[in-house]
Amino acid sequence: MPLLVRLCSLWIVVVLGIALFADFISPYSYSQLDLLARLRPPAFWGGSSDHWLGTDELGRDVLSRLFHSVRISLLVAFISTLLSATVGVLMGFAAAHFRGWVEQLVLTLVDFQASMPFMIIALAVLAFFGNTLVLFIALMGFYGWERSARIARGLTIAANEQGYASAVYDLGASPWRVYLRHILPNIASTLIVSVTLTFPEVILLESGLSFLGLGVQPPMTSLGNMVGYGREYLQSAPWILLAPSLFIVVTTFSVSMLGDWLRDLLDPTLN
Amino acid sequence: MMRFLVIRFLRGLLTLFLVLSFAFLILRSTGDPAMLIMSADAPPEALEAFRKGWGLDAPLWQQYLGYFKNLAQGNFGYSMRDKSPAMDLVLARIPATLSLALPAFVLKLLIGISAGVYAALHRNTWIDRFLISLSIAGYTMPSFVLGLVLVLVFAVGLGWLPSGGDATWQHAILPVITLSLGGAAVLARFTRSAMLEVMGQSYIRTASAKGLVWRRVVLHHAMPNAAIPTLTVIGFMVGSLIAGAVVVESVFSWPGVGRLLVTSVANRDLAVVQSLLLLVATTMVSANLMVDILYGWIDPRVRSGQAAQGKKA
Amino acid sequence: MTPLLQVQELRKHFQVSVPEGWRQRKANLRAVDGISFDLHAGQTLGLVGESGCGKTTTARLVLGLTEATQGQVLFNGQPVAAKRDATWRAQRQNMQMVYQNPLGALDRRLNVISQVLEPLVIHGLGDALSRVEQAQDLMASMGLPKPLWQRYPHELSGGQRQRVVLARALILKPSLLVCDEPVSALDVSIQAQVINLLQDVQERMGVAYLFISHDLKVVRQVSDQVAVMYLGHIVEQAPPQPLFSEPLHPYSQALVSSVPSLWQRSNPKRHILQGDPPSPLSLQSGCVFQNRCPHAQAICREVPPRLTPLSSERQVACHLVSEQADMPDAPLESLA
Repeated sequence: MPLLVRLCSLWIVVVLGIALFADFISPYSYSQLDLLARLRPPAFWGGSSDHWLGTDELGRDVLSRLFHSVRISLLVAFISTLLSATVGVLMGFAAAHFRGWVEQLVLTLVDFQASMPFMIIALAVLAFFGNTLVLFIALMGFYGWERSARIARGLTIAANEQGYASAVYDLGASPWRVYLRHILPNIASTLIVSVTLTFPEVILLESGLSFLGLGVQPPMTSLGNMVGYGREYLQSAPWILLAPSLFIVVTTFSVSMLGDWLRDLLDPTLN
Repeated sequence: MMRFLVIRFLRGLLTLFLVLSFAFLILRSTGDPAMLIMSADAPPEALEAFRKGWGLDAPLWQQYLGYFKNLAQGNFGYSMRDKSPAMDLVLARIPATLSLALPAFVLKLLIGISAGVYAALHRNTWIDRFLISLSIAGYTMPSFVLGLVLVLVFAVGLGWLPSGGDATWQHAILPVITLSLGGAAVLARFTRSAMLEVMGQSYIRTASAKGLVWRRVVLHHAMPNAAIPTLTVIGFMVGSLIAGAVVVESVFSWPGVGRLLVTSVANRDLAVVQSLLLLVATTMVSANLMVDILYGWIDPRVRSGQAAQGKKA
Repeated sequence: MTPLLQVQELRKHFQVSVPEGWRQRKANLRAVDGISFDLHAGQTLGLVGESGCGKTTTARLVLGLTEATQGQVLFNGQPVAAKRDATWRAQRQNMQMVYQNPLGALDRRLNVISQVLEPLVIHGLGDALSRVEQAQDLMASMGLPKPLWQRYPHELSGGQRQRVVLARALILKPSLLVCDEPVSALDVSIQAQVINLLQDVQERMGVAYLFISHDLKVVRQVSDQVAVMYLGHIVEQAPPQPLFSEPLHPYSQALVSSVPSLWQRSNPKRHILQGDPPSPLSLQSGCVFQNRCPHAQAICREVPPRLTPLSSERQVACHLVSEQADMPDAPLESLA
């Protein structure tokens, strides 16, 4: 594994650790107010070591809020990615298995999804659903399903037509067995690469929407959220938005690098 | 070819129809715009009157039919905020967005394509690796972060450029740069792969074996062929420009269509959101159709493909 | 004794769209157009013909993988249905197929022994231990020794893979095995091994084979009866020895003469077919072979010849040969 990819994997592990143990490693509660200590700079920028990354406009510790935001953003991204992969694979299987009008329907939906920028669709849906976390995650779960669907459909058709799947059918296997025991394991690696590359995009999407105030709502905090609310203090207290911004950039970069490396590993001809 | 285009066109219309129905359904099914606009403690009669005035009390399917009838007549509804026709509001903001989007588009093409071609030609040198890393950084960085960082450096730190609003042309510099860099990164990456793939093909090696000047080979053989898959990416770029505009206009307080979308979604201003959706959908469908046409025109295989099929009976 | 497999007037027509300028024309593709044959237990019927003559479609019809347009297939006296329900799946225990491309027929991710015993799992036969034992025994008897069992398909040679596919097909002890070009993808030296194996298995297990190939030499070696197919019809059927030494149908004559032989010093009659093979899409009356037949007469263009028995073992579908049969004294040379 090249050095850069190793570093990226390390960062990912760190981020996962933060997300899991946020409660234990945060010096303060993320919503704890301290009106006497507002807008203090970080420790390395002239502030005290009480608050390593300074405080925000309500005196809340930026570091603790950061940890908690990482947890929320990662949670949203994980669940959404899982949802979109599952939906996508099921749709792809359905299209490849039943062909006919089912396939046409799925392809039309895939086209539709691929032709509109998701941000616009998301905004429209948010206007309706409002901003509860569950519904927001469900919405994010529709991001990128079309990629998994395309992959699943393509590889399944190939397997069914002249490949190993048709041979197993001829042996008398039921479709369930063929899909679960044969097709799914064979397409898993391609799917995993695609999902790994989609994951950072979900993070970016969620933080973008939260930045605009339409995503994760207070009192919950996410990375994009922090940037959005910290924007007002761009001049006076830039650390409020810089810390989460840095996190977003480094994390998405790391996952993208890992995904690229995985893809090169599994199919060098693709690049 | 014609058959292909007709199908694409019909599909585009279908997409538009779906988008509009979608918009209608989600915006009107629930949530009470009356309470939003008039605030929750307004007297119930006033709320009722508001609903009646906006036609919100009719059964859903009636609203649906009325909706399409209105659209056909050019009536896109009225903004709930300030009572003016929704579409007019939207159209009024288009020039502002275009003044960001068009330069950004051009900039994207210039930076992206030249970086990609350059990287491909100098494959595996440090320049190539540097450019690749840069382009990965480019598309993993969210545009709002990029925008804010640029503001921090150039406006707050150095004081060279203004940070928001749209008063002078200098105000446009940072937004345009922010809007173009992300897409340029994607384009660079893609162009590089397309060029590498084309250059590995045998006809390129033949051309250079024939003794043709390398530059000529690149310009006349490699690049036009690499342009074909790149064209499809450009279709996507239109979409990402629109999505990018939403964020960038908010960061820089630019009074364009993107900003309008954000505020109307927050306020649940139904008519305006609908009109915006229609606008975006039409733009996307037209862009994709144009890409298809260009594709068919540039790629001789597509053009003659249909003819060859017709001859084999 | 009832034949194991009876095929009666089997037809399979496909509806296709043929592009014609702007529009599409609907046409009828007659892949298999009225064939009948019997196959007895433990025997081998070889099916030969050019690409596109309908051999593979016949195989699929026999196994119930495709639905017939007309006619029927009887296996052990029971009709074979093409519906993939539980009955069909249960029938799989008795009839199996071996394919041309062994690598494509195997799952890359599973080792070969688990693939060989998979049919037992699918049909719920035996327990985990006995399945493994059965697979091991079968593989060993087919020349696949123990070190190979845990390997993956791509780690084996072509010949070994084909044996794996064979083992997988045979583990259920089917009475009928349809082999669709089973050795075409293999080197000639390996072909001989696999052919020997097939014959060996037939002796031991009494399996009947429907052996499909375009390679006449191979078919000659394994078959008890050979049927020659042309454009969806069987034009001649006979045991290999008489068929190859004295082919009666003009098409069989051309086929046989095209095989270079080490034993014939000179090739006295090299029959080269003129004209293009007609498309299975076109509708024409009369014999399917008329466009390329050097002896075509008026009757050939009107009436399609039926497959008629000439002796206890031979059948031919040709007007001229049937005529000839009525005049046993006229020399065969007149047909040349």
